[in-house]
Parts: sequence; C-alpha cells; structure tokens
Amino acid sequence: MTSYSKVRFKANGRPVEVDANPDSPLLYALRNDLDLPGTMYGCGIGYCGACFVLIDGRAATSCDTPLWSVENKDVVTIEGLEGPDGLNPVQRAFIEEQAAQCGYCVAGIIVNATALLDENSQPTEAEVREHLDRNMCRCGSHPRMIAAVLKAAGEL
Amino acid sequence: MTPPPHLPASLAANPVVGQWLRFDRSGFVELMPGKVELGQGIVTALAQIAADQLDLDVDRVNVVYPSTSFSPDEGQTAGSRSVEESGSAIQQVCAEARALFLAAARETLSDPRQEFEVEDGRIVGAKGESTSYWALADSVDLNRRVTGRVSPKPLGEGSFVGVSSPRKDLAAKVRGKGFYVQNLKLPGMLHARVIRPTGPRGLLVSFEEPAEGGVTVVRNGSFLAVVSESEAEAVRAAAMMRQSAEWQATGDPLPSSDDLPGFMKLAPAESEEVAIPPADFVRPVATLRAQFSRPFIAHASMGPSCAVALWEDGSLRVWSSTQGVYPLRAELARALSTPADMITVQYLEGAGCYGQNGSDDAAYEAALVAQHFPDRPVRLQWMRHEEAGWEPYGPAAVAEVAASLDDAGKITFWNYELWSYGSSGRPGYSKVGPAFWAAGQLEDPYPREHSHLGGATRNIEPGYQIGARRILAHNMKDTSIRTSSLRSLGAHANVFAIESFMDELAVEAGIDPLEFRLMHLDDQRGRTVVERAAADAGWGTQDLPDDHGLGIGYARYKGTSAYCAVVAEVEATSHLQVVKLTIAVDVGKVVNPDGVVNQVAGGAIQATSWTTCERVGYDSDRITSDSWESYPILTFTTAPEVTVALVSRPGDPPMGAGELAQGPTAGAIGNALFRAIGVRVRDMPIDQAAILRALEV
Repeated sequence: MTSYSKVRFKANGRPVEVDANPDSPLLYALRNDLDLPGTMYGCGIGYCGACFVLIDGRAATSCDTPLWSVENKDVVTIEGLEGPDGLNPVQRAFIEEQAAQCGYCVAGIIVNATALLDENSQPTEAEVREHLDRNMCRCGSHPRMIAAVLKAAGEL
Repeated sequence: MTPPPHLPASLAANPVVGQWLRFDRSGFVELMPGKVELGQGIVTALAQIAADQLDLDVDRVNVVYPSTSFSPDEGQTAGSRSVEESGSAIQQVCAEARALFLAAARETLSDPRQEFEVEDGRIVGAKGESTSYWALADSVDLNRRVTGRVSPKPLGEGSFVGVSSPRKDLAAKVRGKGFYVQNLKLPGMLHARVIRPTGPRGLLVSFEEPAEGGVTVVRNGSFLAVVSESEAEAVRAAAMMRQSAEWQATGDPLPSSDDLPGFMKLAPAESEEVAIPPADFVRPVATLRAQFSRPFIAHASMGPSCAVALWEDGSLRVWSSTQGVYPLRAELARALSTPADMITVQYLEGAGCYGQNGSDDAAYEAALVAQHFPDRPVRLQWMRHEEAGWEPYGPAAVAEVAASLDDAGKITFWNYELWSYGSSGRPGYSKVGPAFWAAGQLEDPYPREHSHLGGATRNIEPGYQIGARRILAHNMKDTSIRTSSLRSLGAHANVFAIESFMDELAVEAGIDPLEFRLMHLDDQRGRTVVERAAADAGWGTQDLPDDHGLGIGYARYKGTSAYCAVVAEVEATSHLQVVKLTIAVDVGKVVNPDGVVNQVAGGAIQATSWTTCERVGYDSDRITSDSWESYPILTFTTAPEVTVALVSRPGDPPMGAGELAQGPTAGAIGNALFRAIGVRVRDMPIDQAAILRALEV
C-alpha cells in the first residue's frame, strides 16, 4: 500500500483532515473523502478548468494540485461559494443568463470567474474572455457565460 | 365500434397513464418521460407541455430521469425528435390524466353537474367547492390505458408553452449539485480504471502487476482493468500499468491520414442511388466541379465517460449517461448473456455527448469489472486520453459535386457523389456483435461490427430547385477507426459541400450569393429564414473592415424538419477568426424560446469549432489526438458572438433545434472566408494550414 499521511486544511471554512497519499490530486480528496463532488474531473492535467477551486483565494486546478500542497491552506469549492444570502453574484448571473447547457464545466467556470472578480471587479469583455481561456466548454455556451460574468461584475 | 383514435407513437408503445405520471399527496407531479436530459433542456420543455395540459405551475412538475424499471420505452434520445415524440405523448397523456381527475372530482363533490376548472392543480367547481389532484391521488387509478378520446389543448394554449421557463436542471448545476453519473456515490463503492491498448488493433501480450497492494487487476483477454477502494490509487496503478503493458498490433492498419479522401474513394463501399435523372435526360456539360471533405471529428465531451455497476444475486444494476436506457439494457443483455429482465439501467446525466460518446462503453465495462465483485458497486471512470482516443468518432466524408448552369444562371443539373463512413454504431444497430468496443477484446471475443452504415446521407439532397439530379452515396463498409452518430450526422459535411458549391456557382454566374440562393429556393419558410438572417446581418448594406467577409449558409434539417440560415462574419488573414454568426431559424411552434436560442447558438459555436479547428489525428496504429493539446477546440477567446432570430410559426408543429445549425454554419464560414480573402478551402478543418495551402495554389 502506498504510504498515507494526514493532510489538514480548511475546506469551505471547515477544518478537515484527509488520510491519503499526499502526492495524490486534491480533486479526489474533495470529491471522495470530503463529499464535495461539485468539483469535476475533466482532463487530469489542469488544461480544461472543470476542477477549479480557490486556494487561499486564488483559482487553481485541483486535478494537478497535490494534496500535500494545501496543508494548512484555505480551499473553497463551488459548494462553498454560497453565503448566508444564498448564491454568490456569479452563480446568480449564470442562472439569470441561463448560461449553460450540460453544465459539466460550469462549476469550474464559476469558481474561476469568482476569482477574477475578486481581483478585478470591473473587467472588460476581453479581460473576461482572456481569464476564462483556462476553462473549456464544449456546448458552446461561451457568449452566455461571458455575459453572465459581466453581469455579475455590474452587480458588485 | 369506432376504431381507436390515432395516438402519438411513443404513447401507443407505452399506453398506460401511470407509466408517464405519478401524483402523490405532496403537491407535486412526477413526469416520467423516456427521453433524457443531455443539456439540451428537454426536461424543461416537456415539463412546460405537461404543466399546460394539467393546468399546473411548471414548478410543480418534477421530471424523473428514465430507468428501465419504470419508464416508458422511448428508444434513443437522438435525432432532434424529443419534442416531437415525447412532447406529443405527454400532451395527450396529461390531457387524459386531467380528465380522469375531473371525473373523480365530480364523484367527490356534492353537485356533479357543476362546471369545473383546474387552477394550479386545484379542481374548483362553479359553486366554490374544491378538491385537488393531490387530494384525489389515492382514488384515481392511473394504471389504465389511454383512450385517445380526450382532446388535448392545442400547444400554446396555456401559461407555459411559448414562454422561456428557466431550465429546471440549472439551479443545481451552478451550485455544484448536478445529477451526473460521475457524482454517484454508493456505500462500499469501488473505483475502476481501464488500461487501453496502444491502438485499436492492440492485443495484450504482457503486463506487470502493480507492486503495491490495495489494487486488484481484472483481465479478460485484452481487456485489462484495475480496481481499488481508492480512486487515486486506481488512477496511479492504471498509469503505471499503461507504461509497462506490451501490446501487439493485429489486423488492418488505420486508413491513410495523408490522403483520406483518396483512400476513401477506393475503399469497398455499399452504394446507394439517392436520386437519378430521368432516363431520357441528356446531361449538360458541367459548368463547375469541386471536391469537399470532412475529417473524423470527436464528440470530445468535457467529462470523460463514467458508469456504476452493481451485481447482486445474478441481477445487474447500471447507472449510465446513455442516450437510451432500454437499448443499452438490451445490448448489455446480449453482451453479458444475462436476461434483460435481470438488468436495470438508470439514467443519470453525463457531460454533453452530442451523439454517441463513451457512455455506453463505460456501462458495459463497469458491468464486466463488477462481475468480479458481487454486491459491491463499481464505478468505472474513463480518463481524458480514453475519451479522446477511444470514443466512436463522427465519420469522415468526401463529396464530389458538379453542376451545370444555363445562361440565366439557373442550375439545370446537379451531380453529387458522397463517400462516407457511417453513424449507426449505437447499441441496437449491430447485427454482428454488441456495440461495445471491449466486447471484442475478451478472451472469447465477440465479433466487431465495422460497418456502421447509415446517417451519411442526411441532407444529401439540396433544398433548392436545381433541375435534374444525380445523387449517389457510397457507404464505407469497413473501417478500423470506429465511428458512430455525432450531432447532425451527415448534414455537417453535406451542407458544407452544398452551400460552399452554391457560392462557387454564384461566383461563376456573377450573381450575389444571397440572390443566387433565393433564385433557387421555392420553399417560403426557407426563403423567410434566409432573408431574415441576411437582413439581420446587414447583407449588402454593411461596410466591413478590409479583412472581413460575410458568408451565408442555409438548410432545412433532414430536408423535412427545422429551417436554419446562418450568416458568418469572419476576419481572415492566414488565420481565420469567426467574429459573428447571425442566425435565423424556423422550428415551428416554439415551446421554450430561450431554450431554442441556447441550443441553436451552442450548436453553431460547436459547428464553428468542428469547421475551423478539429480533426481526429492518427497514424497507422493509433489515434494520436488523445488530449486537448492534440485535439484543440474553440476557446473563450476565439468563440464568436451569436445572435439567433426565431421566426414565429405558432400554428405549426414543433421541431427539434439541436442539430439544425451544424451544416449551415460550416457553409457560411467557408463562404465568408472566400469573401474576405478570395480563397476557397474545401477540406475541413479550415485552419491556418488549410488557408496557407489554399493561398499557395
């Protein structure tokens, strides 16, 4: 058996401890050990963006982030974006714009867009496109998603 | 006795009211269509239809995903037929259910002669008494056949059909709570990964067992998998075994990738005369001829395929993102030598598939592995390189077209010849062996069907008045590259060829391409979408920057379904950027306007990606485009702006919107490139390399 060790971090504000191979991807710990399946597996090499999470506020692809590297850090997943008032502005805007089809990529896009608006609350359309270029969508929902992010920015 | 009235086909096949609807005391109705949510919004559209017939708020309709244990058998969710097939069945069955409840209300309330109305599920008598669907749920037996003698309200005479109801599945998805099979977690579940051969011809020669414990190897012939309690460990072990396993290539090499069109035109095929000119027709000299092609194209789902299987006491349960729970069950029964009534297939969503991706294969493979672990659910998840390298691809196609023009610029003869691989790779189509690739890898292998005839001729006939026509289709009989249905089937390649060639003919005739199309288009509904898209795009009136061009493409999907015209604006140098797509569609009666716009725009963007970026790469042994790096698709920085105009046809039956834009978009882009820089690319993808080649000629 691979050697396991305990990795401690915060997941959506809650202190957690995962007993796993510390070299294994954060993605599997979130989905399987912490019951946070909203972070999706897409490519395993950080290329498609379906698995974006926030690590200490910065967007990172969890499929190629080793578990050990989040020790003592603050990990926020799509499930953790909701506040006491419900959905965050990006999530709300995605519903208002009906900005998805199959929705498989949408959690990763919302997380990455949330990170963008945290850094730059009034991005241009070109900046939104550039930032979301780390995400992929196969259904062709790009224009609606871009519109949703701009709408969320307008409401911040 | 009068003959039974005509029922919608789906309802005639599944005629019991209770197969479609369940009422309990909760204040909600469960609607159980046999069609599945693929991200196309069908669940919402069907709920709107049900809500109108039942006089309910659409939020009271919960749509239950299909299972072979209770759902009506509606075959595959494919071909843009769901609103037509399932919608018409639901319209009728809900009207009948409403009538049953009204009859029960008459018996319950004091005066049976009073008039009744239904208001959001409450049944209210003229005298003010009331009951409800839910109060009567226990006393109304829905386990009875429809009669066909209740007339449903016409579509659109209600509060919801025709309105942009928000998607029912979206609120959960933006919260990370989508109902994906990838997210199913069952007690005691094991994780499986498959080790694929180096190429489709590979036979397993040897492999090394994982050195570390906690991982079990399952092997049957050349089918090789690992199973672990830990998903990460299964992934790690599979990656290590992939490095060490030895495979031997057998059988025919993959087709030539250097000159695929040339290869295809010489390969064995089954030929079909789609149209022939009258016997006494004297063929005029061809004014123009050209050859067009499309490569193999991947479905390229964002989420690799996944399934969960559980064997208990000889019966099998499978959770799958298949497009057809019943066809998959029948195919599993065939491949696992297990009676179908011992198998349950439950649908859960996957990533958008746009046709047959790896979903059905994953279901079979999960069942195969789970046989070794009775009473334990086994979740088998494909990796990215498997989805990219082992899905059944959309088939390649080549078309030769020639036509003759008279002095007025009218087409007098159209001569079209198509060579294509087929699209019928789904469960239920193969005569030879099961549709699952792995079934051909077993120690005692099933024969593989290599000839998926069908689908190539979709939209092979132009929707124009073009004089005499000779149209031939050569359906490739054999391919070592596996193919199956991809959104719009042959329509993407055929409409690209037809619409590109229409523009070439217009140039030859010295007539504007829009005018040239209208000269040959009698169908008023077709003319309307063409004129609308052109007007919205500012055709002929817009001042474009230097490197920009406008091109148009048009088709009526399948020749019998929805109408679509696309005007593409591109910016081109040696690099092509599709800037904007201006689209007009006529899908008959619109159930959910925003749903249609979303489907059409998404389809057009996907078609832009196919047309300008995509080609499955391979050498003689293996698929080489097995990652996003080697199979790039359109991105957030390259996706065009899209507008979609819906031509209102409230009196006409609804038609599917998911596939209609694929061909017209491809044609419009090629034509716009020509308008921008004067070069014609006839072989997709229209990427930088293709443009440079065309510029050199």
